[in-house]
Amino acid sequence: MLAYIVRRLLYAIPILIGVNVLIFVLFFAVNTPDDMARLHLGVKHVTPEAIARWKAERGYDKPLFYNPGAAGLARFTDTLFVHRAVPMFAFRFGAADDGRDIGREIRTRMWPSLAVAVPVFLIGLLVNITFALILAFFRATYVDTAGVVLCVAMMSISGLFYIIGGQFLVSKLLHLVPISGYQEGWDAFKFLVLPVAVGVISGIGSGTRWYRTIFLEEMGKDYVRTARAKGLAEATVLFRHVLKNGLIPILTGAVVVIPTLFMGSLILESFFGIPGLGSYTIDAIRQQDFAIVHAMVFLGSVLYIVGLLATDISYTLVDPRIRLS
Amino acid sequence: MMPVQPVLLWTDLLLFLLLAVLALYAWQARRRPHLAAPWRRLARRPAAMAAAVILSAFVAVGLLDSIHFRPLLPTQTPGAAPQYAPETLSLLDQLLRPLREQKEKTYSAPFATHLYAMESVEVSAGRIVRLYPRLRYGGAHLGDDLGRRGADILLRAVRATGVALLLWAAAVALVAVGLARRHGVRWGAGLMRLMRGETALPWRTMLATFGVLLWLACLAGHWTPEWHIFGTDKVGQDVFYLSLKSIRTGLIIGTLTTLVMLPFALALGIMAGYFRGWVDDVIQYLYTTLNSIPGVLLIAAAVLVLQVRMDQLPDLTLVERADLRLLFLCMILGITSWTGLCRLLRAETLKLRQMEFVQAAEAFGVGPARIMMRHVLPNVMHIVLITLTLEFSGLVLAEAVLAYVGVGVDPSMHSWGNMINGARLELAREPMVWWLLTAAFVFMFVLVLAANVFADAVRDAFDPRVA
Repeated sequence: MLAYIVRRLLYAIPILIGVNVLIFVLFFAVNTPDDMARLHLGVKHVTPEAIARWKAERGYDKPLFYNPGAAGLARFTDTLFVHRAVPMFAFRFGAADDGRDIGREIRTRMWPSLAVAVPVFLIGLLVNITFALILAFFRATYVDTAGVVLCVAMMSISGLFYIIGGQFLVSKLLHLVPISGYQEGWDAFKFLVLPVAVGVISGIGSGTRWYRTIFLEEMGKDYVRTARAKGLAEATVLFRHVLKNGLIPILTGAVVVIPTLFMGSLILESFFGIPGLGSYTIDAIRQQDFAIVHAMVFLGSVLYIVGLLATDISYTLVDPRIRLS
Repeated sequence: MMPVQPVLLWTDLLLFLLLAVLALYAWQARRRPHLAAPWRRLARRPAAMAAAVILSAFVAVGLLDSIHFRPLLPTQTPGAAPQYAPETLSLLDQLLRPLREQKEKTYSAPFATHLYAMESVEVSAGRIVRLYPRLRYGGAHLGDDLGRRGADILLRAVRATGVALLLWAAAVALVAVGLARRHGVRWGAGLMRLMRGETALPWRTMLATFGVLLWLACLAGHWTPEWHIFGTDKVGQDVFYLSLKSIRTGLIIGTLTTLVMLPFALALGIMAGYFRGWVDDVIQYLYTTLNSIPGVLLIAAAVLVLQVRMDQLPDLTLVERADLRLLFLCMILGITSWTGLCRLLRAETLKLRQMEFVQAAEAFGVGPARIMMRHVLPNVMHIVLITLTLEFSGLVLAEAVLAYVGVGVDPSMHSWGNMINGARLELAREPMVWWLLTAAFVFMFVLVLAANVFADAVRDAFDPRVA
């Protein structure tokens, strides 16, 4: 088990290096610092001096991979790649274009993000499993058909409409909670109710349908027939046998998402004015702040890889049939 | 001298290429029973065929909008070289000419006769009154007799219903005669079969769906010359026209995204599954790396880079620039989505490799390239088709989100995402500007719902566990 984890961790290293090089090439080689400077200073009326100053202020005035001006090993270390991309491995993200430290921003903005993402994840999981079980219980009846039709219809609505509809209905017509904003502490509750509700509802369609398929597949297996043959009630079969085994693919499928919860939800946070990592990223994209986007892409990749690893480990924990090798 | 100068945009070219590939596949599949059987199964499902009818209506509008040209300008001097208009139009633009050209000043509600916003208007010398100005085109044929507004709308609806019923009856009769011929019965008997639903294909459902579509089209056709049925947007453009124009953008993003990355996914997926060993390792590393970058962020980063590049490009027309950006967006979306297809293809090839026919080909000394082309590729094409249909709806929805983030299609291009994005800012206004959102919602919902239903049926039809 330990050997497996170590090997998976070692396997993650080349992937992380690949991600970092890829993002670096995308940001700095395809799009040279000169281009960035021009973008920020305005395309017209830019003097070469202004560009040079802009680059020097942000440390973008070094060559990309090879510095012929330096001596010895510094030819390779005194480059943009080593200064910008390598510190990412130690989670040192440097400063944004407005001079603030990205690492500190991430640490403070992480909490509002989690405050939205964790309830959405947990409540969503609970609601979807409940609905899926109900549909599985009433399988091949009108309840089931109507439920699936409803799920497909709900899947076909853009997430933006759930948000806009929710804001319109709850905040504008009924005046129950503020349209957007955020406060620290317990006051956050009234700002969080609507985003969490919208997040859960927008996920019901696809989630319920997927879990229903898992439960139905499980119900076609031999052990269920055995349980029924023993004379167990349908509810007992469903809750004691099918639910437990159906949870294996559901939980392991959910584990991969857990680390990425830190990243928050781009759209939800931005619409509801929650100062989390999602809205941070969107603002950075709109202001074309490459340093922040670079950092967030890297962070997202790391969390995804952690999620993959956690998925593999969780398989062995919940399903003793699987042996890692 | 040609009356128009044809313009072939990159996305047009690829869209027609896609159609050609699909036609080729259909022709191939017809002759091979094992490829045709799942499609026959699909064609027997009423829900799938109803969805197919709706999708074909969308595709028809999208294709009409993909034939671009520049009209000839009326030449001033006879004998001079022909001059073409600077703006590129599509066949759809030409068909909807009144809709395109009847622009109001700003927002107006559906079927409105007056603008949405109050304006100061000088009624007589020096006297300025705040009022809702009359629309230039909306209900203009009524003149000042605004009391007839309701009656006019109703009368047009009745007339449209009559026309739709006639056309629909003709379509039903055509199908009934066709069925009667096929089964060698009199056409009355054919009609009975049709009405009872005793046909191999679900003609009854298809005709019902077609009837509803026809009715809606006739209603729109009768109302639009005089009314803005979905209102107008901020600069006074007809929202119904915008929604129709957005169909092409949605279709292109939904289909071309999978198409542009298809060669890579096919080549890498089949190679990884066929050669195994280090080739497999390298390809797996490649897609795991790409997959671990969050999709939206990769798209955002790439579009940011693109924006800088686009500014440096030599002069392109507005349409060409928007088109190039759309194509690039498809590619980026494709990069983030081909990994799933690649993994499926790899797994399927691993399975096929063990089959007797591949082993036999190897024993005969057929080279790997030939085996992959002739024996593996045709047998994994159904995976490509399933992925194409399954991913379609997600991509159409993703376009709206990307437009919101600010990394979607060009702001000058008509798309549902841009419509929603524009309307979002007006939500706080009193009274609300609701028609832009509603129009985008209705069109997106119908397209995505039809695509979802169709994709489910495709997957079920090909699923070996069901077969």
